[in-house]
Amino acid sequence: MDPKQMPTFEAGSSMSSQSRNLNQNQRVTEFDVRETEQSLPRFSSRLDNSFHQSNQAQQVAMNWDPRAVLDSLDILGQKIHQIQDIVRRSTLGNERQLSIQPNEFAAQQQLINADLTCIVIELISTAGTLLPLIKNASASGINSPGQIGGIASSASDLDLVDMLQQNDNVVSEGAKDSEYEELIKGLSDWDDEGIKPISTEDDDAKDNEDGVSGENLPLGSYEVLQLEKEEILAPHTHFCAICGKGFKRDANLRMHMRGHGDEYKSPSALAKPSKEASSEPIPIKRYSCPFIGCKRNKEHKNFQPLKTILCVKNHYKRSHCDKSYTCRRCNSKKFSVMADLKTHEKHCGSNKWLCSCGTTFSRKDKLFGHIALFQGHTPALSMDEVKSQGMSVQGQSDEAMAKTEDMDYLISGNVIDDTNFSGLKGADDDLGYFSSMNFDSFTFGGIDGLQQPSFDTSESLFSFHK
Amino acid sequence: MVKSRDLCRGIDRSDGFATLTLDLFSGSPNPNPCSYSRSAKRVRVSCASPAAAAAGENRSNLFDSLSEEVLFLILDRLESDPLDKKSFSLVCRSFYAAESRHRRALTPLRSGLLPAALARYPSVSRLDLSLCPSVTDAALASVGGALRSSLRSINLSRSRGFSYAGIESIAVNCAALVEINLSNATDLSDAAAAAIGRARNLEKLWLARCKMVTDMGIGCIAVGCQKLRLLCLKWCLGISDLGVGLVAVKCKRLRSLDLSFVPITEKCLPAVLRLPHLEDLALVGCLSIDDEGLMSVKQESKSLQVLDMSNCQHVNHTGFSSLLSKTPGLRQISLAYYCKVTHSLASSLQKLYNLQSIKLDGCEVTTSGLKTMANSCRSLGELSLSKCSGVTDEGLSFIVTKHKGLGKLDVTCCRNITDLSLASITSSCTSLANLSMESCILVSREGFRLIGQRCHLLEELDLTDNDLDDEGLRAISGCHNLCVLKIGICLKISDEGLIHVAKGCPNLQELDLYRSVGITDIGVMAIARGCPLLQIINLSYCTEVTDHSLRSLSKCSNLNTLEIRGCQVSSSGLAIIAVGCRKLTKLDIKKCYYVDDAGMLLLARFSQNLRQINLSYCSVTDVGLLALASVSCLQNMTILHSGGLTSNGLAAILVACGGLTKVKLHSSFKPLIPKPILEHVEARGCVFQWRDKPFQVELEPSEVWKQQSQEMHV
Repeated sequence: MDPKQMPTFEAGSSMSSQSRNLNQNQRVTEFDVRETEQSLPRFSSRLDNSFHQSNQAQQVAMNWDPRAVLDSLDILGQKIHQIQDIVRRSTLGNERQLSIQPNEFAAQQQLINADLTCIVIELISTAGTLLPLIKNASASGINSPGQIGGIASSASDLDLVDMLQQNDNVVSEGAKDSEYEELIKGLSDWDDEGIKPISTEDDDAKDNEDGVSGENLPLGSYEVLQLEKEEILAPHTHFCAICGKGFKRDANLRMHMRGHGDEYKSPSALAKPSKEASSEPIPIKRYSCPFIGCKRNKEHKNFQPLKTILCVKNHYKRSHCDKSYTCRRCNSKKFSVMADLKTHEKHCGSNKWLCSCGTTFSRKDKLFGHIALFQGHTPALSMDEVKSQGMSVQGQSDEAMAKTEDMDYLISGNVIDDTNFSGLKGADDDLGYFSSMNFDSFTFGGIDGLQQPSFDTSESLFSFHK
Repeated sequence: MVKSRDLCRGIDRSDGFATLTLDLFSGSPNPNPCSYSRSAKRVRVSCASPAAAAAGENRSNLFDSLSEEVLFLILDRLESDPLDKKSFSLVCRSFYAAESRHRRALTPLRSGLLPAALARYPSVSRLDLSLCPSVTDAALASVGGALRSSLRSINLSRSRGFSYAGIESIAVNCAALVEINLSNATDLSDAAAAAIGRARNLEKLWLARCKMVTDMGIGCIAVGCQKLRLLCLKWCLGISDLGVGLVAVKCKRLRSLDLSFVPITEKCLPAVLRLPHLEDLALVGCLSIDDEGLMSVKQESKSLQVLDMSNCQHVNHTGFSSLLSKTPGLRQISLAYYCKVTHSLASSLQKLYNLQSIKLDGCEVTTSGLKTMANSCRSLGELSLSKCSGVTDEGLSFIVTKHKGLGKLDVTCCRNITDLSLASITSSCTSLANLSMESCILVSREGFRLIGQRCHLLEELDLTDNDLDDEGLRAISGCHNLCVLKIGICLKISDEGLIHVAKGCPNLQELDLYRSVGITDIGVMAIARGCPLLQIINLSYCTEVTDHSLRSLSKCSNLNTLEIRGCQVSSSGLAIIAVGCRKLTKLDIKKCYYVDDAGMLLLARFSQNLRQINLSYCSVTDVGLLALASVSCLQNMTILHSGGLTSNGLAAILVACGGLTKVKLHSSFKPLIPKPILEHVEARGCVFQWRDKPFQVELEPSEVWKQQSQEMHV
């Protein structure tokens, strides 16, 4: 690595940590804004604190374009004073709270809130203008700017937006909504990535499956290609030169081409375009994700390339796109890659390990852990299982009994007419023995017992205790 | 009138009376109305004098004056013989009622009799249905309804035909139920297990060979029956670590756990060993447990006393030693069919201060291993080296001289030991009560004499297939406590030795003389006179034995098993036995060619307790066989090569004997008997075994037979 780059990297990392700091504090404010009614004094102190730090962050940013940053800082300073005033007024209000009517107090609170939100938004927008400056500065001066800008932008932007949305909730005036939306757009438009979900660990883990995390190729030993976002998301990659129709696969295109004329039907045209058998070794190709700041992006410090185009597609969809496929069975799991959904749907709903408390488990050991932990919980058998078992066994014994009875009558030498059957059955019933549960369904010779619902108790057997 | 209280006191004092005479009519103010003698076991209640009987209408039943308390006290002392109780209940109404209320245990022959039996005996607490091959849900429901509060124990181990619903009705209705034996219910699944789980007070549960029960079922039991003390899951192939682990977590009172042949691994062992009261653990044939697994188990168990790890083929001494170091309280270890018993294994026994019993059946042992074992253990009471290879005089002598308190020693088929071993065994272990040494072929007749001369406390002795002679038997007759004597295939013994035994061993209950061809009627007659308590005798292939022997044996009223294969007995001899030995349950008269229908008729008339009979090669025809159908207890029948038998007659007896559970027939009959009849009999719970043995009339001489059998061993 070029030794000259080292300091800039350090600066970059410190920057990113600073901006993260900022994020955290903003999260705190966001939280507090939600609860301004209860804790205004705390809010003020935290706000001060956070802005103190954000000032520091801007100090760092100043290194690149001092004048513009200074201007913004002036504005920020004014805004902070305004906030301080409002907060001071509200604290006074709080002290006099007891003497004021509740209605009045609420109105006052709303006013203060509106003021506060206005100022906070202005603050943010000003702070936001600082960010592109940083980006521009780094783009011009540093070799790997995407990383810094990416992290700073994607992370902080999101929180800002979150915060704005929170404020939306607080401020009830509908007129202002459009303004905020515009503001959000303005904030996000500077980066062509827009607002994208931050890659979560889950997705990252999935990437590792199709990525090359274990490969550890030396940095210069492969050629890095980067497809654009549109290319990745394009449904078709092969297009007919004549009619312009798109295809997913090369082979499909070739089959399509046959319709355009006999010249496309020759074996050579239909053959798979073979790779040039050259003596020189084919350079290893690896792919980079176009999303700036992503680990799979070639500008990332710990860049991990993707192995194939398919990997790129799956990675990009999983990590940087909306999860548009929802599982139709559980209606909760969402996926951005169709194949993932299908894999999930294979197992979804097969939570067959059931506890008496109604909880289901996909694995038996989890169920048994649960039962071992809680007193009174029992493994619950599915109703079908119980019924089918009961039926089959009962059926067998019915059959056996029917046979026995049948035979005994034959052996004892009684010649029994069909008409006598009912009478015999009645006699059995009178014994009160065979009749009690299911044997009243006897027909000598036939096995009707099988069709009879043998036990009504099966329903109540395994009712869940709730 | 005699006061009940005095009577009670009198009966209480008379512990184990033989004859109790109650004179209710005299009304004399006798302070001790119970006079008892020891001449015969009988209850005599004299009541109705001729005058009272003549009075007719003035028959105020004097038996009613005996309170139920008194009758119960009498009944308590009639436990030994079921026939006594029957006689008692036939005295009068009040006696009948008292007997009905007194009875606690019931073992019906057919489940069809259950409703009537339950109506008569309302306070039965132990119900043994093992003689009923087919028990329906309805029958179980009637049990659940009738014995709602009294039933404590039910045995369904040999029954079929019921489902979870029947079990459910018992488990729910009988709140006092503490024992269920459901072994061999191979078609019961988790639903049945869940039903068992509703018996909250269950303490003992046997589920051996319930192969369909899975972890889910055993989970229901574990949660439902938390008072379990004993659980047998032998051969429950559907149960894994999870189920056993849950049992160990939930049933903290478990004392005894049998996990033999269950596909568990070491993963559930920590939880099992954590059970605070576990005393008895069986892990026979757990092939998924191996050395590494056992080494990884760190849990200790202070309470464990009995460990059975027989047939664990993947466990070697490292794993076993590791387990032993966690269980310091062991008293009994069984390692049958284990790997090699070496020095290292034996030395791991060193820390087990309480060890009393070691079973190493079928293991390969070394002399050094035996010596180390002798040094490691404190005082062994029981040692079994049956069928062990590598047992030498040196090793065995060493161990018996170290452990003089040995009460039970099994050296069956230890073919390398000689008189030297026997000398040291007899000289050091004088308190030996139980000695098995079948087929110790190097021990001479002098060696066997030592047994009788020195071990006078012997109660059970197995010397089958040895070089024993009359002199040895004379010495053995000095063991006056001898109950069981097995001297089959001892070709050198004769009547003379047997007469000594008859004189010296009056307590003999079981005698095996299988193929001891030197025995004749004289010897058997002496035994019959000298050993009145005889219950089991095997005289098979003692070809000199005739009807005279049977006539003398008919005096042994306790005889329940008689095997006289190939003896020269006739129907008349059999008839005498039938009349004299009313308790006869097992009879083997294979190759008694002179036994014919006449014998069967008398047998059917008198031996109403007969359960098992072998009639192969007898001259019995359809008529005799059909007569046997009146023996309602008959369950097990073997009839191969009976000349006069037709398929129709066979079909008739199969249908007529309602209680049959197992029938062995020649396969040539299979196509001849109508299929519906076979199906019907099978539906009643009978199992058919079709054999295709060649017809073989003449008996080979015993020497030839022995030669052949030894060739088979080698």
